[in-house]
Amino acid sequence: MSFLKYLISGISLGSVYALIALGYTMVYGIAKMLNFAHGDVIMIGAFTTYTICSTLGLPPVIGVLAAVILCTFLGMGIERVAYKPLRKAASPLAVLITAIGVSYLLQNIALLIFGANTKAFASVVSFPALELADGSITVSGETIVTILSCIVIMICLMLFIHKTKAGQAMLAVSEDKGAAQLMGINVNGTIALTFAIGSALAAIAGVLLCSAYPSLNPYTGSMPGIKAFVAAVFGGIGSIPGAFIGGILLGIIEIFAKAYISSQVADAIVFAVLIIVLLIKPTGILGRNVQEKV
Amino acid sequence: MQKAFMTKLKSNKTLKSNLITFGMVIIAYILMEILMAAGILSNLLKGLLVPLCVYAILAVSLNLTVGILGELSLGHAGFMCVGAFSSAFFSKCMQDVIPIAGVRFTLAIIIGALSAGLFGILIGIPVLRLKGDYLAIVTLAFGEIIKNLVNILYVGLDENGFHFSTKSSLDLNLSENGTVIIQGAQGITGTPHDSNFTIGIILLLLTLFIVLNLIHSRDGRAIMAIRDNTIAAESVGINITKYKLMAFSISAALAGLAGVLYAHNLSTLTALPKNFGYNMSIMILVFVVLGGIGNIRGSIISAVVLTLLPELLRGLNDYRMLIYAIVLIVMMLFNWAPACIQWREKIAYKLKKKKIVKINGKEA
Repeated sequence: MSFLKYLISGISLGSVYALIALGYTMVYGIAKMLNFAHGDVIMIGAFTTYTICSTLGLPPVIGVLAAVILCTFLGMGIERVAYKPLRKAASPLAVLITAIGVSYLLQNIALLIFGANTKAFASVVSFPALELADGSITVSGETIVTILSCIVIMICLMLFIHKTKAGQAMLAVSEDKGAAQLMGINVNGTIALTFAIGSALAAIAGVLLCSAYPSLNPYTGSMPGIKAFVAAVFGGIGSIPGAFIGGILLGIIEIFAKAYISSQVADAIVFAVLIIVLLIKPTGILGRNVQEKV
Repeated sequence: MQKAFMTKLKSNKTLKSNLITFGMVIIAYILMEILMAAGILSNLLKGLLVPLCVYAILAVSLNLTVGILGELSLGHAGFMCVGAFSSAFFSKCMQDVIPIAGVRFTLAIIIGALSAGLFGILIGIPVLRLKGDYLAIVTLAFGEIIKNLVNILYVGLDENGFHFSTKSSLDLNLSENGTVIIQGAQGITGTPHDSNFTIGIILLLLTLFIVLNLIHSRDGRAIMAIRDNTIAAESVGINITKYKLMAFSISAALAGLAGVLYAHNLSTLTALPKNFGYNMSIMILVFVVLGGIGNIRGSIISAVVLTLLPELLRGLNDYRMLIYAIVLIVMMLFNWAPACIQWREKIAYKLKKKKIVKINGKEA
């Protein structure tokens, strides 16, 4: 019975990772950069909802919407100011370091506005808990909403990318920027759109993460950000179903390691599994193998 | 003799550049010693001298991986952690056996660097098969694993030898007169305070000597050939694995050296996310990239500037890290954005033209 309980909480944690990883993997697929600031966009999203719902007392729907809108513009703004000028820089490391700078910036802005104290985040989910097997297993409303929204968002994203023109443009840009431009695709617009979608997903992930684990401080986003990055690499970075599978697997592994082995080494086990997967399949579970041309 | 040296210096650009790097460190050292003797240096700055050396060594050693080998490593703090803990462990055990601090510390340095180098080889063998961002994430993972494992490690010593445990110090089953040396998350307490600024500078010079000599040797050229074009390097008979591993393990050993210096500057050594986590690895990477990838002198300068910057901004209290972040972003844009580089070149060209016009005007 406890196995099933751990599995459910693993899937719940994994769905949050998957949501963050979806944003990560989209941005990576197009901009080919590790966006270290992604985790901090999550934190900003959660803080926005916290301010609107707990401080101002407005209903959760408005809080979530505000977080999504703010993070969308934040993501586009960061891309425009900090990443776009460096897109053609001599070294890909330049934009990575700038992303780290943006991450510090967001953390310190939050630190100045909200202080370093951890806040208790009131859950935005008012969904009743589900009782299974005569009440021996309870699935909380947060878990259900997290898992459902993760699946819905993934399906929507897949449909968007494969069925709409903008989505096709994204695929084209991620394949070859120069050729896409020659085909009349607005490359700058497409990249901005990707950052907008990725950041909107980050806002939702932030709200759900803090609903399930209700503690919020300016550094809340950094470890889930890194874990989601691991999840994205795990599933094959650049692949949307890969990010989903990677996120869920990572969540399950982490909860099982905490439950059955030791909570202190859970992170070490997660990372060890990642290393083993990458050594066996260097491009992740669903990653494409690109042939090297001489 | 002196004349011959001067002509050699003029013709040999590398030698000149190396001497400038060494000279810069030595002059900084003399300047600091004079300031310290004159009593101008504040206590805060005095406390920063050894960490500055630690960061400079770390930046130079990471530059070997990132700049010369061309692979992104995000686990550098892990190697520092290995060096710090192995050497602190040694020093703590040998505190009574070898009473002469100099001998003990020299041995500790060798042990710290060797064990970190050994970890570099062990991790490098599987990791260096990967490329680019995948390599980055795996090195990050190894760094976190090292930090995590150190946090659950308990080691004790009694007359029966060493006892190991991963649970608690009680599980070590020590006899009455046994002592616990590594106490899990509490780390190692009471490491002899052997490092000082002079030793830090000597180690920094040693690091520079090793790295600069490696870069300008036959092996260094092979490593750079791999960076520039792996396939071409392989086709002319360069052993890719050997040279990659060589650069990676030397880099790890030097990070271990920095760890030794770090450990012997503190009375309590613990593995926190702050000092040995990925944040630290990222900070070292920031030094390297800001100083110029592959530019050893730049690494030292940026390590010093970026470590001093938050301290100098201390008067601004809460705003200092905010300003630090903004300065970092602006400096990166200024240094690397193609538009900025073009603009800088244009300004430089205009200034040059004015000079030429001036000279021409005089001649006329």
